[in-house]
Amino acid sequence: MSRDALNKRADRREFVAKLLAATPDALVVTGLGSASYDVFAAGDRDKNYYLWGAMGGATSLGLGLALAQSDKPVVVITGDGEQLMGIGSLGSIAVKQPKNLTIVVLDNGHFGETGMQRSHSSLGADLVAIAKGFGIADAYSTNSIDHVDEIAQGINARRGLSFVQVFIEADEPPRALPPRDGPFIKNRFRAALGFKPF
Amino acid sequence: MNHTPAPAPAWQEVIFKVLKEGGVNQIAYVPDAGHSHVIRSAIADPDIQDVVLTTEEEGVAVCSGAWLGGDRAVLLMQSSGVGNCVNMFSLLQAADFPFFTLVTMRGEYAEFNPWQGPMGKATQGALELMGIHVLRASKPEEVEEIVSAGFDAAFEAGEKVAVLLGQELIGRKKWERK
Repeated sequence: MSRDALNKRADRREFVAKLLAATPDALVVTGLGSASYDVFAAGDRDKNYYLWGAMGGATSLGLGLALAQSDKPVVVITGDGEQLMGIGSLGSIAVKQPKNLTIVVLDNGHFGETGMQRSHSSLGADLVAIAKGFGIADAYSTNSIDHVDEIAQGINARRGLSFVQVFIEADEPPRALPPRDGPFIKNRFRAALGFKPF
Repeated sequence: MNHTPAPAPAWQEVIFKVLKEGGVNQIAYVPDAGHSHVIRSAIADPDIQDVVLTTEEEGVAVCSGAWLGGDRAVLLMQSSGVGNCVNMFSLLQAADFPFFTLVTMRGEYAEFNPWQGPMGKATQGALELMGIHVLRASKPEEVEEIVSAGFDAAFEAGEKVAVLLGQELIGRKKWERK
């Protein structure tokens, strides 16, 4: 899909809610800011790991998790700004090719959390080309929730490493704030996987 | 190019032994000569995932994700990499993750390259400012005990620990190519 052809953009909340409803067993990592709010707004679950900081770290955290839990689907949901700060991680992930990892970048082309300044993604950078260049062959963009079912099937089947750029509206839905208590979220997540406190 | 590695110094073999016996499942790294034996061993070990990074802060997040998923991961880097990690270290404090890193030192002993000096001299301070406990091994005979002590503090007590491997231990870098 060429960028020029994209007039329509997906509604971020609708897209995320539909994707998570279709991937009930996925382990979900969220990049800080709006991506975290979108995932929380779709319904809190124990197997969500929300980041409130560590900008640029969401996909790397997803890599460590995907390698550790290779029999479960892992989905990183983040924004274009967060992904850009950790862009090299796409190279590190491509080297490992974890079959159970899917990266979903909600791309409004702006830094939403800080006043909607334009990001590289709307100033010339092509995140799909970058992902492919790093070696993630299954990298593509979408602008429609019509593609969610297909994306979810790939996630659930752990079909292979993939990178999905979702063009979304540059709007600001009502804030839906997930817990900020890092140890709580960590311990809840680990407990959901059956790990006891040390 | 033919890179037949020279036999590894015993202290490097001992480090891999500690990690292996400690049940490490993932070794994330930005390479350094002092880590070369551990990296080669990780690549050769079917039970350990070797994760080459483009920058060290990725490794802080990889190790945290690994722990979330029940794995033990360690980060190998050079002292310059500690500077790259500073904000990402917040993740360790904010969520109270165990963390273990091995840092080969530059800029502190018979250093040839002045560009290594500023970060090398600030490495311990930067780690401590971000709440990471720092241990140091400077002599080959102390490596096993100190690495093992740091490892246990990380994975038994949940501490955030860096073991600095002194430049004296690693030896003078040879700059003249023959």
